[in-house]
Amino acid sequence: MALDKPYQDVPGTTIFDAEQARRGYHLNQFCMSLMKAENRERFKANERAYLDEWPMTEEQKQAVLARDLNRCIALGGNIYFLAKIGATDGRSFQQMAGSMTGMTEQEYRDMMIRGGRSVEGNRHIGEDGDAQAHRQPQGAAGRGKGA
Amino acid sequence: MTMARITASVYTSHVPAIGAAIDLGKTGEPYWQPLFKGYEASKAWMKANTPDVIFLVYNDHATAFSLDIVPTFAIGCAEEFKPADEGWGPRPVPVVKGHPELAAHIAQSVIQDDFDLTIVNKMDVDHGLTVPLSLMCGQPEAWPCRIIPFPVNVVLYPVPSGRRCFQLGRAIRKAIESFDEPLNVQVWGTGGMSHQLQGPRAGLINKGFDQAFLDQLIADPDTLSRKPHIEYVRDAGSEGIELVMWLIARGAMSDNPPRVAHRFYHVPASNTAVGHLILENT
Repeated sequence: MALDKPYQDVPGTTIFDAEQARRGYHLNQFCMSLMKAENRERFKANERAYLDEWPMTEEQKQAVLARDLNRCIALGGNIYFLAKIGATDGRSFQQMAGSMTGMTEQEYRDMMIRGGRSVEGNRHIGEDGDAQAHRQPQGAAGRGKGA
Repeated sequence: MTMARITASVYTSHVPAIGAAIDLGKTGEPYWQPLFKGYEASKAWMKANTPDVIFLVYNDHATAFSLDIVPTFAIGCAEEFKPADEGWGPRPVPVVKGHPELAAHIAQSVIQDDFDLTIVNKMDVDHGLTVPLSLMCGQPEAWPCRIIPFPVNVVLYPVPSGRRCFQLGRAIRKAIESFDEPLNVQVWGTGGMSHQLQGPRAGLINKGFDQAFLDQLIADPDTLSRKPHIEYVRDAGSEGIELVMWLIARGAMSDNPPRVAHRFYHVPASNTAVGHLILENT
């Protein structure tokens, strides 16, 4: 019998459950390795060569090289593990979180200072909040879309 | 007083950027000023009410525990715990001194009460544990008391239910109150409040949810503990589920209504809503 996963109905959100953790095991363990300074140096010197030491899928490696965090998460990554890549790049949690919305760093920071993203319209897939698939990317990038 | 007793509980968010602001001397900047002002009373309270031991409930953020081993509930039984290098270098804060005798006593009592804890004798501690200490104690040369770290898995879903956490808190209360030394113990619950760090919904904040959670945590934790996971995820963000850890600390408090010594709420700290309570046993 399939397990009940009601959280799959939340827009713009991937819950890191046992299935995702299995898919992302090597990706996340690669991220953990960046907690050691000498590994950060080796990764920065040749990212592709360092990634090839890990039994990750090609898709996962490409997502890391592109720093596409949404893609990394879809492929089993978790933000607390992926944060080690951000630390290696000298980026904060706010910069990382903001990058997944399509907003610029300043746009995202301003949204937080205004009180953050509203939950209205963002509880269930199919509503009309700003986190819904049909409203991506957000910020100026989205307003330029189709113009 | 001959036995250990729980005198108070403290609840606070543990946002890493707060630790960075303290460590880099930015607490006076306009962005951070209102937040740190909210903890002035807490630091004064802490000085006047320094316990012998803090039982500190927090979560590890892929620091001590990789995906190789993910314990749901773990108890730190070591003599000391070093601040971890989370990728930005270790925080410049004191080493955490444990209380191995009390920790071992709690482990034995709680496991025999059907809560299967993982015993940890070697572990570095990350911002989840050190940021609450910095908020409550400032920047001392040494932390003012012993600390028992109690990491809970809230990263890999499913995390423990609020109900399970609340009942575990009750078992921890029973364990501490049966320790045969007159120790003054506080139980802290950390993490939260509403926040989401991932995906197009990143940056979610829900003040209504957070304030209702604080109200209910004070007045009716038993009902609050029955809130299902999906409500946290939907209404408080994927990382807002950290709030289940507050129910462990609340369950460790007496069944009498607590005295609210301090309450504070602020948005934002980086991506997160910051909530804070100090409850005293009456």
